[in-house]
Amino acid sequence: MSTHFSKATELLALCEQHGKPICEITLEREIADTGTPREAIVERMTRYYGLMRESVHKGLAIDSLSPSGLSGGDARKLHAYSQSAAPLFGSQFARTIAYGFAVLETNAAFGRIVATPTAGSAGIVPACLLSLQETHGLSDEDAGRALFTAAGVGHIIGANACFSGAQGGCQAEVGSASSMAAAAIVEATGGTPQQALNAAAFALMNTLGLVCDPIGGYVEVPCVSRNGMYAVHSFLAATMALANARCVVPFDDVVIAMRDIGRRMPRALKETAEGGLATTPTGLRFPPAPAGAPARKKS
Amino acid sequence: MNSVFEIIGPAMVGPSSSHTAGAVRIGLLARQLLGEAPVKVHIGLHGSFAATGKGHATDRGLIAGLLLWQPDDERLKDAIPLAEAGGMQISFEAVDLGETAHPNTARLELECAGGRRFTLTAASVGGGNVEVSEVDGFATLLSGSLDTLVAWHQDKPGFLAHVTAILACVSANIATIRTARRHRGSGALTVVELDAPPEPEVAALLAKIDHVERVRVLARLL
Repeated sequence: MSTHFSKATELLALCEQHGKPICEITLEREIADTGTPREAIVERMTRYYGLMRESVHKGLAIDSLSPSGLSGGDARKLHAYSQSAAPLFGSQFARTIAYGFAVLETNAAFGRIVATPTAGSAGIVPACLLSLQETHGLSDEDAGRALFTAAGVGHIIGANACFSGAQGGCQAEVGSASSMAAAAIVEATGGTPQQALNAAAFALMNTLGLVCDPIGGYVEVPCVSRNGMYAVHSFLAATMALANARCVVPFDDVVIAMRDIGRRMPRALKETAEGGLATTPTGLRFPPAPAGAPARKKS
Repeated sequence: MNSVFEIIGPAMVGPSSSHTAGAVRIGLLARQLLGEAPVKVHIGLHGSFAATGKGHATDRGLIAGLLLWQPDDERLKDAIPLAEAGGMQISFEAVDLGETAHPNTARLELECAGGRRFTLTAASVGGGNVEVSEVDGFATLLSGSLDTLVAWHQDKPGFLAHVTAILACVSANIATIRTARRHRGSGALTVVELDAPPEPEVAALLAKIDHVERVRVLARLL
């Protein structure tokens, strides 16, 4: 049986034809495409999930600034706030944001993370799944399976657009991660493949146009806070999908829009530190040093 | 994309999948193609690699790869001083490879202790995935996502028939094959991507084909 798909319509057809969720079709595709046994693939994904959790825990403990001085310590503050008397929207809200921050703070401190799909967007999927484990009793095995749902959505983006901020702006990184996470949340909580892809469409549609303008070129401002905020955003998209809110633009079309916008986006706003936040008065205090130059002295 | 692990992964040291992990992988491919540690390294950085490479540790990533470190090696931030302590001479410059070059492109010029020179141009195309577009002046295409054989040889009739015959004997399935030459009868480079690691004796057999100068086997990137 062929399990290859490059569009959401093809993935949905496969899910319906075989009566299987996105995560299983994606796993079967992996077995067929790479010739790797199922157990080895699942074991590697489970190991990656463990690394994601470690990167969250490591980030929650950071209480110093990153080498650039632009980030560090905020995941810890958010986590403490989540445990305060009456946090806004309940404690899980701030916890989810804290988890997204934590991975990116680990990343900025040269710690180990899992690019999902990129390092600059690596906090979103782990934050969502860790949070869901706490609220919905997901086992590690369930969370590992949800990563295959996320990867299935990622296959469609990779085949029709891209994941790199330098090519497509932040919508290609954080937008992709948020849509992958939204679909994973839906499937892990019992939603259908159609609902999962609607969630992916809602999430990606709401990130269209997001530029990549980090200060000094460091993956920190706005990346760290954006990972916390877009983890919550994935839950918004999943909520809309599970409630069967009408999805007018199907996922395949949103991906086309993302690619189109990425192509038209000015180079100055695609990971070059030549525009946007990077060239504001604040941003200019942290100019990018050319690679190979000696480390900049802190003033 | 061949694999879910090109989307979820790599496991890596930050801060950027394209600018750090991708840079490590470009260095790793270059080092494996060269077959030994270079003593002189000059690297041209194009586009976003030049503009924001420092903050993303692109320079350290490339050198880490040349040291055969993996993208999740936590020594990454100290790669340059450690390489220099081992006798590697390192220089970088910003270059403009033109409008058609991918924004995250590096051009590596390496020299071995014996004086042999080697060049490689590669782009980091997102999520840590890379594409090599040039090796020793030959236009080519390889991603390292599959097990890969690379042969430097003379452009002579029957060369590819020998290669495919040897691979057929060990039942290795060819995913892609690409030969580039400078001009008719000149030096040429053939890159073969396989669906599984080749039998250990394949490289030695390929090296016995007439007019083959050198063969390298690249294990697929983790």
